[in-house]
Amino acid sequence: MTTLSLHALRKTYPGAGHAAVHGLDLTAASGSLTALLGPSGCGKTTTMKLIAGLIAPDAGEVRLDTGPITHLPPEQRGVTMVFQNPLLFPHLTIAQNIGFGLRMRGLPPARIADSVAAMLSRVRLDGLGDRRPAALSGGQQQRAALARALVLHPKVLLLDEPLSNLDPGLRDEMRQLIRGLQLETGITTIVVTHDQAEAVALADRIALMLDGHLAQHGPPEDLYRRPASLAVARFFGGVNFLPGRSEGGVFRSALGTLTLPPGMPEGDGILTLRPEALRLGPGPNARMARVDAVTFLGTQTRISLTVEGCALQALTTPDLATALAPGTSLAVSLPPEALWLLPPE
Amino acid sequence: MRGDLRMLAGLALAGFLVLPLVPLLGWSVAQGWRFPALVPDRLSAQAWSFALSPQSGVLASFAITTLIAAATTLLAILIGLPAGRALGLYRFRGRGLVILLLLAPALLPGIAVVFGLHGILLRAGLAGTIPGVILAHLVPVLPYVTLVMAAVFARFDPAFEDQARSLGATPWQTFRAVTLPAILPGLMIAALFAFLVSWSQYLLTLSVGGGRVQTLPLLLFSFASAGRNDITAAIALLYILPGLLVLAVTARRITGRGAALTERLHP
Repeated sequence: MTTLSLHALRKTYPGAGHAAVHGLDLTAASGSLTALLGPSGCGKTTTMKLIAGLIAPDAGEVRLDTGPITHLPPEQRGVTMVFQNPLLFPHLTIAQNIGFGLRMRGLPPARIADSVAAMLSRVRLDGLGDRRPAALSGGQQQRAALARALVLHPKVLLLDEPLSNLDPGLRDEMRQLIRGLQLETGITTIVVTHDQAEAVALADRIALMLDGHLAQHGPPEDLYRRPASLAVARFFGGVNFLPGRSEGGVFRSALGTLTLPPGMPEGDGILTLRPEALRLGPGPNARMARVDAVTFLGTQTRISLTVEGCALQALTTPDLATALAPGTSLAVSLPPEALWLLPPE
Repeated sequence: MRGDLRMLAGLALAGFLVLPLVPLLGWSVAQGWRFPALVPDRLSAQAWSFALSPQSGVLASFAITTLIAAATTLLAILIGLPAGRALGLYRFRGRGLVILLLLAPALLPGIAVVFGLHGILLRAGLAGTIPGVILAHLVPVLPYVTLVMAAVFARFDPAFEDQARSLGATPWQTFRAVTLPAILPGLMIAALFAFLVSWSQYLLTLSVGGGRVQTLPLLLFSFASAGRNDITAAIALLYILPGLLVLAVTARRITGRGAALTERLHP
């Protein structure tokens, strides 16, 4: 059981104009699964390599419970990284690949064989141990790469985009396998992903990285419902933003005065409301709206509205949207409990 | 049909390589073989027994030549492997210049290099010594090894090494268990080149060794200029032996992964 923490970690690649990672502080609780989420190029993979010891930071520290590990070479950290590409050694069989780390530790062959056999069946690769990596499908290779790391019982497991090379059908299976194995072993795990849906489905906590620093860290629901900034809200699909001022429990903006939930800070801010929380029909904070466009998205339908000169979007189920055509007027309400205040830009 | 053609080509190639050796074999066992006789008057083992006797110095020379070629190969790999890795894996400022400088000794005629080199080694007190000859041989050998290794590493993904380190392998374990198996076919080609290039040096050995380091090519020349066809032929046959041997040993390994390797060297 190990807590991983990063303190003011900074890394600039030679020749790059700006830092890949700057001032990153992050704590992953013992036994937790944290998703390191962010758009490509935001410094996620760099952060993983810094934790794994494959590159050295310019400043800052990587710590485990036992103390700082920043000065240790990768093989002495107890941190194992699984790359986006499975990187199975082509000259070894699948069983030899999975046993690689144990062999490097100098374990007796009989014990390695036992651990490998147990691991093969745990990732459902029974009977494939004697194959070469090239003879396996992409999903099987990814599972073998995961097994090769897990068999070492690392203190911290780092998975870099473990699902991105898989077909959509296989992703769900792999996601469940990762989650199942992580819960079973209790290994502190960090999964890098650029896909917010994947992060939400997989992780206990999400650390959202934007432009090399940590934008927000918390349970998935927090990042959805209580984003810390406009950038976080936008990353999580936020589209409704109203600048204005919060005073005595109400918000004054172009939409007039709206009732806020209790406990909102006072002063200038941006009001946000998730599109799926905007209710079609009368209720508290009701306003008249005109339908501008209706877009069928499959399981949901997006309705673009104009409310008192402001553009808002609602997401609803397709059958609720059938009666709505562009040009229709209707009452919409902004439920106070779904409103959230962001700091001004 | 295709099989027949391939067989014909194989025979032609074998003939091209082997036929010039047949007269050598004849000369080495002939006693009195004058034009226009098709076969020697009498056969004799005299040349061979002289060549293999201690007085001729052939065996001692064989040992020295082997030692020099082996040491040159080892040194060339110790230097050329990391250098080739840097050239193959990284794009850095001045990379083109480094490649040009590396190629220079292979492009320039040996005679242009010899005099300057001799002067330097003379000042270092290495002229006329085996270590001096080994250093001189590195000049034509190192470019081959470095450039072959650069081509090999250009096709190697260093992420495999990161992966091995992250799985708990030390740098040395990573090299042994991951990098070496991946580069081995190319490394063997480089070693083969290195050995044979050193083995066949004449001018550099003559000049730097100052006649005190008697390698086989030097001995071969002295017997040839003394007009001893029979002994020259026997030594010449001994001289091509390691080339054939090394080729036979490595050919299996090389052709075993032939497709992958040629693709790697000539993408």
